[in-house]
This record gives sequence, structure tokens and C-alpha cells, in this order.
Amino acid sequence: MSLTCLLSSELILAAILIPFVASIIIPIFHRAPNCREAVTLISALALLVVVTDLVPYILSGARPEVLDLDVVSGLGISFKVEPLGMLFALVASTLWIINSIYSIGYMRSHNEPRQTSFFVCFAVAISSAIGLAFSKNLLTLFIFYEILTLSTYPLVSHKGNNAARRGARVYIILLLGTSMIFLLPAILVTYNITETLDFTPGGILEGKTDNATLAILLALFVFGIGKSALMPFHFWLPSAMVAPTPVSALLHAVAVVKAGVFTVLKVVIYIFGIDTLSSSGQADWLIYFSSVCVIAASLIAIRQKNLKARLAYSTVSQLSYITLGASLATATSITGSVMHIVMHAVAKITLFMCAGAIYVAHNKTEIEELDGIGRLMPVTIFAFFVASLSIIGLPPFGGTWSKWFLAIGAIDSGYYFVVAVFMVSSVLNVIYLIPIVSAAIFKPLPGTKDGEAIKLKEAPLACVIPICLTALGCLIMFFVVDELYNFIGLIDFNVGVGTGQ
Amino acid sequence: MSAIEEGFVLKEHLPALIVVVPMVVAAAVAMTRNNRVAWAASTIVTWALFVFSAMLLAEVTNVGEISYSLGGWPPPYGIEYRVDIVNALILMLVSGIGAVVMPYALRAVDKDIHAGMHPWFYCTYLLCLCGLLGMTVTGDAFNIFVFMEISSLATYVLIALGRRREALLSAYQYLVMGTIGATLYVIGVGLLYIVTGSLNLSDIAGRLGPAMSDHSRSVMAGIAFIFTGLSLKLALFPLHFWLPNAYAFAPSFATIFLAATATKVAIYVFLRLYFSVFGAAISFSQFPVVEVILVLSLAAIFTASFLAIYEDSIVRMLAYSSVAQIGYITLGVAIANKAGLTGSIVHLVNHGLMKALLFAAVGAIIFRVGTDKLSKISGLGFKMPVTTAAFVVGGLSIIGVPSTVGFVSKWYLGVGAVNAGLWPVTLAIMVSSLLAVLYIGRVIEVVYFNPVCERCVKVKEPPLSMLAPIILLAIATVYFGLDTSFTGDIAIKAAEQLLEGLKQ
Repeated sequence: MSLTCLLSSELILAAILIPFVASIIIPIFHRAPNCREAVTLISALALLVVVTDLVPYILSGARPEVLDLDVVSGLGISFKVEPLGMLFALVASTLWIINSIYSIGYMRSHNEPRQTSFFVCFAVAISSAIGLAFSKNLLTLFIFYEILTLSTYPLVSHKGNNAARRGARVYIILLLGTSMIFLLPAILVTYNITETLDFTPGGILEGKTDNATLAILLALFVFGIGKSALMPFHFWLPSAMVAPTPVSALLHAVAVVKAGVFTVLKVVIYIFGIDTLSSSGQADWLIYFSSVCVIAASLIAIRQKNLKARLAYSTVSQLSYITLGASLATATSITGSVMHIVMHAVAKITLFMCAGAIYVAHNKTEIEELDGIGRLMPVTIFAFFVASLSIIGLPPFGGTWSKWFLAIGAIDSGYYFVVAVFMVSSVLNVIYLIPIVSAAIFKPLPGTKDGEAIKLKEAPLACVIPICLTALGCLIMFFVVDELYNFIGLIDFNVGVGTGQ
Repeated sequence: MSAIEEGFVLKEHLPALIVVVPMVVAAAVAMTRNNRVAWAASTIVTWALFVFSAMLLAEVTNVGEISYSLGGWPPPYGIEYRVDIVNALILMLVSGIGAVVMPYALRAVDKDIHAGMHPWFYCTYLLCLCGLLGMTVTGDAFNIFVFMEISSLATYVLIALGRRREALLSAYQYLVMGTIGATLYVIGVGLLYIVTGSLNLSDIAGRLGPAMSDHSRSVMAGIAFIFTGLSLKLALFPLHFWLPNAYAFAPSFATIFLAATATKVAIYVFLRLYFSVFGAAISFSQFPVVEVILVLSLAAIFTASFLAIYEDSIVRMLAYSSVAQIGYITLGVAIANKAGLTGSIVHLVNHGLMKALLFAAVGAIIFRVGTDKLSKISGLGFKMPVTTAAFVVGGLSIIGVPSTVGFVSKWYLGVGAVNAGLWPVTLAIMVSSLLAVLYIGRVIEVVYFNPVCERCVKVKEPPLSMLAPIILLAIATVYFGLDTSFTGDIAIKAAEQLLEGLKQ
């Protein structure tokens, strides 16, 4: 389907406005849940159509832009679509549909309160994620970054009990705090040095400042972007586990952490410029630091008894891969990072939806309770297995490729130990993910005898179908990597060396 | 005389009308016995003043500075009213806030003020408005004192009209402090008059330089008296003690109006004297003026924010927040470059907007629930969704979240501090906004997470006449945070103009 009647600039605005308008319409159908959910699904579909319609422009080399609203003198909200943002928008809008179907199944079968406000905040979060993806400058990105934080706060605190309140408190203070104390000063300093904040191929800082300032700025940016969950500012992610599972999926796969690492990549590619960064050598510390984070978070994950907490630390570790790729600052490593955004999103949303399905069907949250549950929910556990393999990075699943490119990038730039880090981390991934699956399949279900016929009890269909879709997605991603690679190749790194293999 | 010519005459006399009209109508309102008539007259006058201010602003931006000789006596002998882009913006703020919240007064005053006192209340409100506009519009040091007294005396009465008995005590407290402030100011003006022989501000600016070489002690003493007196009026830390009580016990309409305008006008006078008069004549760099303002501003921001965190009454919490926000405005004065001063001026307007919004929302809560104690309004978010949502918008603006006016101010102040190389100040601005997260977050948690309390069960939204101004202010808070082509551009021009005169 294509909307040929719309200009590219109108498509950009439509993409941001569709979820936003949905958030206004949803409350009208407060008393008619079916209509309300229809609004969510229709706008999710419409968003995907609009976003996919933008792809041909990018492929043909156009970089459509729109709007110029002065928020402060000479600087303001404006949008420009480039391949990296396009890809993030595609991921977010595709997963919004899947996550919406799943949310409906989850929220209804669990009889959650305040479903209207849930869907409203969800739509606002998607709207700000799209706005963030299409930002033309750092200020616009910052504005949507903060709106994303605020709109997800009611989602994290959805349960409304004391645990939710505490978790949400950590969430909002860490995310707002890092963005105000580190990120905003970083933006101010960048603006003071360069007098522009536009994302420019090759960066805007080249030759404008000394190495020490570069190092300080890089630190302010990577720690200031708290959503990328680089240690030690990762606590918000496990704290946010109090949220309902669809929200965890939103945080871990659809929008929030992905917005964080997307911002890191944007800053490295278009503000620093990968040439400036790699030739200055000021990103070296970040290579070591994020390597440590990859391993440390995996080790913590192994110790977690709660399924969602384990998955959360897994995310912390996987996000550090992306930061690691960004800090290597080569075209190949960044290709790996971008690919990992996609691959990890598909795999992690599957894992979280499985965790939620288990909770909906059997009210189980701890890993030790999952013995033999594969006999009750074979589809869910199989999907969990598939997604685990993708996270570990085994063929034939998508995760293979992103790790492959990240490792090649590390070898290219001479950091061989990073390859070792990836190997060790993969082993740790096996250790913290596979035993869950094997216990679920091979251990007997408590209270049943061997050979006894067991009645299947999967989560509702609205939960199972999205799980199957994303698990299938992990597989498909392995085979469409060519297209993905070429698309990422459209990103203008503005470096002397070619990006081809 | 044809109608068109009459229009010209009217336009020519706008600077005087903006003071004369509220004063005359105030007298008329005091004589009526009908509450509704008093309200209607005040509303119409306020709206008219808003139109006058808009016309003045248009005139100033299109044509340039306006100088108006009162009574036809030319300056510096007669009183000169002088309107430029800086005070035209303040006139817009004062009359604009008044115009937006007047409909709110209809029901709020019904509840807060004894029925027989309504005409008096509106009369003092108009006098207060007259005083504030007069302080802004005049270009004469002594005339500033006169209008300062008119607005202050009216303010004491407005506060004292509060229903609680503490209102009398707070009004008395403010009366003592305010009188001391005004006295210090007038002593300073007297000293400067002795050495310069003039009361006209631009004339003083011209004569002060030569006078400084002969009578440097008297000049310094005069300036010190004036700044101390003004600091009291604008509630600069540590001279802010009168403010929380005054706001807490005044009728809610008075709180909204005073919080949004009174301290702002005092800050305007401070800016005007600092940059266009003293700064233009004397180089401040030989005295630790900047350092003093910087330290006091930072102390205001942090001390008041901490006090706000532990306050149970939301009105008092917001009052402490005001003291902190005034610290931001004076911080921009201390930074004293274009971006920093733009931050100050834009924050004058922005803070007026968001504090009006927040106090109006709390006023609506008091109107329905009868208390502003955090411990007694749990779960209110489900009973008054629009009011509490508007409060959240104002709160986010206090924090300085992007897409609200608070962010615009914070951005300019941040750029100014970075430009000036004041790293600790940049960090302080950012850290202090986290303190705002704590005190605003406390309210959000109570109204949205706690179960609905007993006294809130039957509560509903306030009447439309109160709700509409709240919604309008909330929309303005977001709108001027996204599109600053109006507020921001004027603030930049105003900052340029103020800095122009400053002697290095």
C-alpha cells in the first residue's frame, strides 16, 4: 500500500502525529474497550504504512526534511530522515503493532486496571520515539528523549502499589537526572563550541576542539544518555521490572533502550564523526569500559532468580555491545551496532513476551518455578528457545550477524581482546538463558508423574501469535541480512575508506 | 474632533492611561455595593489594560522608545514615562496575567472573601495593578517609590483579606518588611538626588559618573540602599522571609496575581537600575557586586528548593519554589552576558506564567477540597483530573522539561553560563532542577498513587470560570515552550538593549 498523495514532508509529520492523535482519541472510547483497542491497532497499522512509505525516499538518496520551529533563537524542532533514524522508526513501528496485539491479550486476561491510560501513554511514547528517530538536530532529539522518559513513567508505575512507586521513582530520577546533569551540559558545550547542533555527516566537532574536551564530551554524552543503560547508570532498567510485561517489552525492545543506543550512535556518527573520534584516540577508555560492562552485566544476569530481572541484565549487557561498537568508531563496527539494535529488539521482545505469557497463563515469575512448564506451553518455550539462540548469536538466527560485524570491526581496528569479550559473553549468554529452556522442557512438572497426559495451557491467542511472529522474525532476520547491510551502508559516515566488505 | 483623531490622542496618552484608568476605576469600584458590578468593572479594566499594553509593545517594536512627559512638563524637570522593549514586555506580563485570571476571581473571591467586602477587594486589586504598572512604566526614581507604595499598601490589604486569622499576621509581617524595603529604597534615591540633583533615571545615569569622582561614598551608599531595598521587595535570599507566609494565607486569587507579577516588577526595577542607570555610569568590576549576586542566587536556588522538598502545604512549597526561581533570574544578571540576561528576562515572563498556573491549580484544589496539605489530598488525580494534569504541566515547567517554558529559560541560562566559562554554575543549574523533580514528584505521587482519601471522594472539578484560565495557562506554558518567536525574541532584544548601556 502506498500513499502517493502525500509529500515526504507530510509523511514525516504524519508519522509523528498518528500515534499522538491516537493518544487523544483513545480516552474518548474509555467505556468501549473494543473501540479503544481498534484505535490503537488502526493507528499502529497506519503508522507502519506511513513509515514504510518513507523508505523509497531514503533508498533513492533523498533525505527529506520538514518543519523549523524556533524553541530557542536559531535552534528548534525540525526533522530530517536519514537511514539510521529510518531503521529505528521501522523497528519501533513494526514492533508497536505486535506489542499492541500482545498488550490487548495481556491486559485483558490479567484484568489490569487503568487500561485506557496505559494505551494513551503507550501511544505518546511511540510518538516521541518516532520524533526522536527523525530528529534533524540534537535539541529536537533531546526534547523527544525527555518526552519519552516522561510518557513511560506512568507505564512503569502502572500497578500503582508501593513497589511500582519505588521502581518508577528510580526510573524517573535516573533517566531525568542523567539527562539533565550530563546530557544537557554536553549539548550546551557542543553548541558553545560549534554554534550548531545539526546532525552532519562527518560530525561537527572536527578540528573545533582539543582532545581533552572531546574525551569529556564523550563521557558526558554516553553517561548522560541514561537510556543506553551503560553501567553504573543501568539501575533503572531492573527497577522498571515492576511494570506490566508489555511495558517491559516497550522499554527493552520497542522504544526506550533502543532510543538510548540510537542516540549514542547518532552522536558518535553525526556529532563527533567516526574519523574524528577514532583518530583522536579519545574513545579508547570507552572500549575498555563497555567491554567490562558486557561481561559484568552478564555475570549479574546469571545470579538473578527472577525471570524478568535476568532478562533485564541481559539487556544491559547487550546494550553495551552497541556502545562498544560505537566506541570502536569504524564503519564496520557501527554497522554491527546498528544491526544489533534490530536483532536484539526482535529477540528481546520475544523473550519478554514469553515471560509475560508464562505470567498470564500460570502466574509464575521466578525461574525455579518454571520446571517442566514447556509441557504446558510448548509454543512459548520453543519461541523462548529460538530468541535465546538469537541473543547468544548462533545461526540461523539474526543475532549471529550483528555479533559477526561487531567482531570484524574490532579486528579491523586492532582490538583483538574485544573479540574475546564477545566469545566470553556468548558463553555467559548460554549459561543464563539455556538452563531456563532445558529445565522447562526436561524437568518434570511438579505434581505430575512421568507419562501422565498433561493438558496444554498456553496464554491467550492474542499473546501467543505475537510471540510466534517475532520468533519467526529472529529466523527471517538471518536471511535478509543482505538488505539490512545495504540499507545501513546508506548511512553517510563521511570517511575516506569504503564501507564495503 | 473626528474619531480617528481621538484615536490618535488616545494612543499618544497610552503610557499615562495605563496608570490612570485603573486608579480612577478603583475609586469607582469602591463606591459600588454590587459584587458582580465590581467584578465586571475590574475585569473590563484589566482586559483594556492588556490591550493598551499590547498596543504599547507594538508601538515600541515598530517605532522605538516612547517618552511621555506627564502633565506636559519636559524631563528631567517633570515626570517622564518611558516605554521601551524591556518594560513593554513586563507590562504585557502583568496585565496579561491579570486578564487571564480575572474570570477565575468570580468564584474564587465568592468563596474566599466575605460578601460585603468584594468591592473593597476589587478596589485594592485595581490599585495594586495600578501600582505595578506604574512602577514599570515610569522613568523617574521617586515616582517608582510612589507606585511601589501604592502597590505595596494594596498588597497588604489583599493579603489581610484572607479568611484565616494568620492572614492578618502575615500581612503585618509583610507590612513591616515591605516598609523597611521601601524606606531603604527612598533613602538611596535621596542620597543620589543630593549628589546628582536629579530624579529622572536617564538623567541620573548621565550625571552619576561625574558625581562619583567627587562623592563616591554617597553614591555607593545610595546604590547599596537602593539594591538592598529592592532585594527585599523581590524576595532575594536571604530577604525572602515574608514571602511564604504572605502567599500561604492570602486569598487564592491574590496569591496567583501577586506571585506571578509583584516580585517580577521589583526584579524589573532592579534590572533597569542595575543596567541602564548604575551600570551605565559606574564600572561594577571594581566592586564585588557580581560575586555577591552570584552567591546569593545560588544560595536562593538550593536553600529554597530544599525547603520546598519538606513542605507539607503545597502553597508554601510553591512559595519556596518561587524564591528559588527568583534565584535563577538574578543568576542571569550575575552571568551578565547576552544569553544569560536573555535567560533572566525570559524567565521573568515564563516563571510568571507557570507560577500563575500552579497557584491557580492549587487554588482550585483548595476551592474544592478546602486544604492544600499534601497529606490530605491523596488520590485527587482521579477526582480532579484536569486540574491535577494542569498542575503537572506547571510542575514539569518548574523542573525545566523540554517543550515547556521552563526549558527555554534553563537553556538560555545554561548557554550563558557555558559562554562565560562558569562551569560550576552550569552544573548548579542542572542539579537544582533535580531538586524540583523531588518536590514536584512528591505531589504527583500523592495525587496519583495514593488511594483516594475520604475528604476527596465527593470532590469534582472546579467550575468552568476557574478551570478555563487554568487550561489556558497550561496551554500557554507548553506553547511558549515550543514556539518562542514571541517571548524569546523580545527577551533577546531586551537583553541586548540592557547590555548596551553597561559600562565595562
